[in-house]
Amino acid sequence: MITGTPKPIEEILEMVEPYDNIIVAGCFGCVTVCRVGGDKEVQVLSSTLRLAREAAGKKIEIREVCLERQCDPEYLEPMRPYIEDYQAVLSIACGAGIQFMAEKFTKTPLLPGINTGFLGVTERQGEWTERCQGCGDCVLHLTGGICPVTRCAKSIFHGPCGGSVQGICEVDKEVKCGWQLIIDRLVSLEQMENYGKLKPYKGWDTSRDGGPRRIIREDMV
Amino acid sequence: MKAGSNLERVLEAGHFAVTAECGPPRGADADKVLKKAELVKGNVDACNVTDNQTSVVRMSSVAGCMLVQQSGTEPLLQMVVRDRNRIALQSDLLGASALGVRNLLCLSGDHQKFGDDPQAKNVFDIDSIQLIHMVKTMRDEGVFPSGDKLDGAPKFYIGCAINPFADPFEIRVPRFKLKIEAGADFVQTQCIYNMDKFKRFMEDARKEGLHERTKILAGVTPLKSAGMAKFMNRMVAGIEIPEEFIKRIADEPKEKQAAKGIEMCIEQIQEIKEMEGIAGVHVMAIEWEEKLNEIIGGAGLLPRPMVEQ
Repeated sequence: MITGTPKPIEEILEMVEPYDNIIVAGCFGCVTVCRVGGDKEVQVLSSTLRLAREAAGKKIEIREVCLERQCDPEYLEPMRPYIEDYQAVLSIACGAGIQFMAEKFTKTPLLPGINTGFLGVTERQGEWTERCQGCGDCVLHLTGGICPVTRCAKSIFHGPCGGSVQGICEVDKEVKCGWQLIIDRLVSLEQMENYGKLKPYKGWDTSRDGGPRRIIREDMV
Repeated sequence: MKAGSNLERVLEAGHFAVTAECGPPRGADADKVLKKAELVKGNVDACNVTDNQTSVVRMSSVAGCMLVQQSGTEPLLQMVVRDRNRIALQSDLLGASALGVRNLLCLSGDHQKFGDDPQAKNVFDIDSIQLIHMVKTMRDEGVFPSGDKLDGAPKFYIGCAINPFADPFEIRVPRFKLKIEAGADFVQTQCIYNMDKFKRFMEDARKEGLHERTKILAGVTPLKSAGMAKFMNRMVAGIEIPEEFIKRIADEPKEKQAAKGIEMCIEQIQEIKEMEGIAGVHVMAIEWEEKLNEIIGGAGLLPRPMVEQ
């Protein structure tokens, strides 16, 4: 899923400062699962803003909504009849959702209420870790199902570097060395022959470096 | 000859080679490099010039190489893939070769987290092993990685670094082998203190015949004090200083610890010299270049041989 973290309330209050009439918009997709942008978070954030603004003597009116997804046009359309009644939308969806809404409703300022994180998994309640950078050219079959691009701090293809100590990456005591994980897994799968091969330079053109990406499925268009 | 550098000639002639390193200054003062180079001169076959080591910003290694070369020592250019994508790497390689640099050490580079600018974006477009492959392709085939023909191929004696002590230990030899397969002509190791572990590493390397496919220069760093030893042991990833090694220095009174450190470094070089498959020594006297002559001379490695082109 796409993960995220709430922006500090001070930052949000500063963003909404010019407005007294806004929508706070959540999303029932990934951000609900990682509990940063669902309907509950919409309610809590809206209440917090109302209280803070009331205390500051500058009341704010907030309409609370939570869309099925902010990244699909059909779920955004129902907002069209009323969106211009509000001065701004504070969205707590991921960066994709926020931007898509901004594109569809060009007259309304969009404010991000969360910092979008990464494509990750739930380790346990309250802890998420990154697994994929969406580089567009998956090599997991060669690396024991563990991604060198994401799990290695240097994204190297022939690791580990000298900074791996007892399975821990030098950048952070909490971070496991991705290459140690890969090697352990290749050993247990009896696939160490994959390690000994020189890998071609990665084509980053399928990654973000090729510019904003697009997928067209002719069978579906 | 692959590049015809002095270092290559010395090694190919079968001499026990000596290299050292100069860290460029944290500023634009050329005299700082020239002063260090003066201390290195005559003691080595080539001198490494480091490339923003530990991600701390310094004068560029290509510029540092030029200054070292000016002062009469053959430079060895260190190049990390942390800060340059493949376009910049190729371009800097061509430039360095055009300016007469003939030795190259291909490195990943310490993570930027440890330096001045932990918020910097890192590059790692290709990794250090792929850099070796890239340089070899350019040198031997006269083409860019893209396949286009070069207007003059760069000439480098290609080196890499290995850390025989990094984890997981069992991968160190296979990874070393990968570097040789990518095209490494020589290798400089991380500084060695745990001689037993290094011997085990060398045994494994010899079993694979790696010492016959590349020239291995063992790295040593003289310790200035017991404090330095403890600090390195604790803070530098992949450096292991055995307790008994530290104890020998710590047992000395403070004012004699530096002399002990030098004595132990000389002992180490003498032990390394006798090891099968070791072609030279890389003396990393960190900010202690003035002791190079004493160490290298003390190990019986002076004067340095002159090998005709």
